[in-house]
Amino acid sequence: MKKYTEDHEWVSVEGDTATIGITEHAAGQLGDVVFVELPAVGTKFKQKGEMAVVESVKAASDVYAPVSGEVVAVNQAIADDPAKVNADPEGASWFVKIKLSSRSELDRLMDEASYRKLIG
Amino acid sequence: MTESLKRTPLYDLHLALGAKMVPFAGYEMPVQYTDGVLKEHLWTRERAGLFDVSHMGQAFFCSKKSPGTEEAHQDAAAALETLVPGEVRKLKKGAMRYSVLLNEDGGVLDDLMITRPLRDDDQGRLFIVVNAACKDDDFALIRAKLGGRADLEICDRHNAFAGARALLALQGPCAAAVLESIAPGVAAQPFMSMQPREWNGADLLVSRCGYTGEDGFEVSVREEHAVGFARALLAHPDVKPIGLGARDSLRLEAGLCLYGHDLDLTTSPIEANIAFVLGKRRRAEGGFPGADRILKEAAIGPRRLRVGLRPEGRAPAREGAEIQSEDGRQIGVVTSGGFAPSLNAPIAMGYVDAAQAKSGTRVALIVRGKPLPAAVADMPFVPHRYYRDQEKTT
Repeated sequence: MKKYTEDHEWVSVEGDTATIGITEHAAGQLGDVVFVELPAVGTKFKQKGEMAVVESVKAASDVYAPVSGEVVAVNQAIADDPAKVNADPEGASWFVKIKLSSRSELDRLMDEASYRKLIG
Repeated sequence: MTESLKRTPLYDLHLALGAKMVPFAGYEMPVQYTDGVLKEHLWTRERAGLFDVSHMGQAFFCSKKSPGTEEAHQDAAAALETLVPGEVRKLKKGAMRYSVLLNEDGGVLDDLMITRPLRDDDQGRLFIVVNAACKDDDFALIRAKLGGRADLEICDRHNAFAGARALLALQGPCAAAVLESIAPGVAAQPFMSMQPREWNGADLLVSRCGYTGEDGFEVSVREEHAVGFARALLAHPDVKPIGLGARDSLRLEAGLCLYGHDLDLTTSPIEANIAFVLGKRRRAEGGFPGADRILKEAAIGPRRLRVGLRPEGRAPAREGAEIQSEDGRQIGVVTSGGFAPSLNAPIAMGYVDAAQAKSGTRVALIVRGKPLPAAVADMPFVPHRYYRDQEKTT
């Protein structure tokens, strides 16, 4: 199951693990990503909490947690080479994996059709 | 948007080139094209970038004395010198200077280029180029202060002499060869000079200057010829259009000030580390707004200074970030900051207490509440590559 937020994060759920990243649209709007700051494994986030930072040449943007939970893995590859975010934002360039604490939060997120409508 | 945004003569061309348009200083301007900021930046450093800077204010400041004489030049220059600290009277024909408009406190109202025309017939007219966001205020101030002594002829539709004019910048190591191919003669033109040229029946005012640290030109052209001229430059395989995003990262690498950020009403030219805007004669004579403060700071040193900053790691520190000493005291603030594509590293500039301004001084930049280790650094961050005449003989 893949869901989307109004802040242009995506979350893909398998079992009780959610993989989170930023959408193609977000990566395109940001432009070339030059810096990514990821949380430490073990950090707990509430839904909509500031989870990561992504910066392009010109601007910084926060990445918010689409759902509450505890970070179980981070993608060090995008911190080491931030340009990877632009290359494959909804695939290999995921940001974090978290252990879901509340599945019902997923219901409040958009499905793909609704997100496509949002970005026009 | 409450106010309708203005467009430059190149607006439709920007759209055709795939520009992403944003509001800037009252205009709809291209922030980037399809390549994006990073590639546009690097292209300008490697080849040549074309920038639309038509939003900037162009005007002629004209003596009321009969034009074409040294007397008329001296008259116009002496009048303008009452608002700026630079040497204008002794400018050579065809030479240009970077300068600042000052308020009575010695703060900077705007930075600008002042050019003495090359042609004998044009003596008594000074060509000025000011920032888009400041131009209405600048022009109103000049008219209010100097209207009795000289006429300000803004380059707009009402201007019978010069017309409404676009301004295009061509910057980068290939700029001279490209412009030479359509406007012969420019390749030998000295740095910081302006010469009139002709292209397809259009009069051009070609200045060898820029805002990237690279060799390059700014070309003033009547708006009806602007699109054709831009297309002629873009037809060259070494030229790509470059947006405001890369213009900002290029000027930051070059250590150049952006008005409203690194320069404002509270900063003096001495604090801003642009003391070179003071002419030698002007230092001795004074006679410009805020001379008391500025000459005092020049003599005994300012309280704070604009410096370069190199953060460790990859995280950029942006405008507004607090600068702290190693022992945690606030010593200043970042006024411009971002990522330097040519260095693949973050850079910034800001003001710090003069005692902490020495290159190599360890500081911390407060980013998202956390101290980011950084060092005061020499500017420019990327060496300037301006054209020097001597290169011809070496």
